Amino acid sequence: MISAHLQAEPFDLAAEQAALVGSHTDLGAVVSFTGLVRADDGLIALTLEHYPAMTLAQMQAIAADAAARWPGVLGRIIHRHGRLLPGAPIVFVLTASPHRADAFAAAEYLMDWLKTKAPFWKREEWADGSTRWVEAKASDDTAKDRWTA
Amino acid sequence: MITLLYFAWVREQIGTDAETLALPAGITTVANLLDWLASQSPGHAAALADRSRIRVAVDQTFARGETPITGAAEIAIFPPVTGG
Repeated sequence: MISAHLQAEPFDLAAEQAALVGSHTDLGAVVSFTGLVRADDGLIALTLEHYPAMTLAQMQAIAADAAARWPGVLGRIIHRHGRLLPGAPIVFVLTASPHRADAFAAAEYLMDWLKTKAPFWKREEWADGSTRWVEAKASDDTAKDRWTA
Repeated sequence: MITLLYFAWVREQIGTDAETLALPAGITTVANLLDWLASQSPGHAAALADRSRIRVAVDQTFARGETPITGAAEIAIFPPVTGG
């Protein structure tokens, strides 16, 4: 089971891990990835727009695909929306499995698909008052496509 | 009637986040819809000028140019996604 969460609020890594692992004693590996707002040359904020009727459902579909591919993996994915400042966490992937290989692989898979198949759009705000929509990267599609090659 | 939703710079260039329209007869696929929509205003034309930068979801499912839209309730038009 991999759960998906869409929220404006920040998240707490320790609390998320405790909630995921719970009373399971068969888990030997926990992998987490946190994406942060990077303060590129004068960036003052990043606003994440999303498609309310579709985004969470799409995140849940990505989570279900990963769970089917790695049946022994437990996980949580969290994606934030709204206006975030440099250093703030944006996205979180947490996976746990009996051995580390599946947890690492499932975490990478989840991130690659979140980046390319979840309807979010980033708008950058700069110190001079200008704004710019982030362009999608071909390298993100390439990373996603390696799972279906 | 069909509801069209716009996101990110597609929304900004068209100038609204949603509109409800009656489609003319003969508009049966996503590609037909984009062609017709581009003729509706200069903003629509600008937003849809480069189709390689446009993605579409029909009733919350990613679609392609040939995807049928007959009977659809909601079509969203947006740039390639940039989350994560």
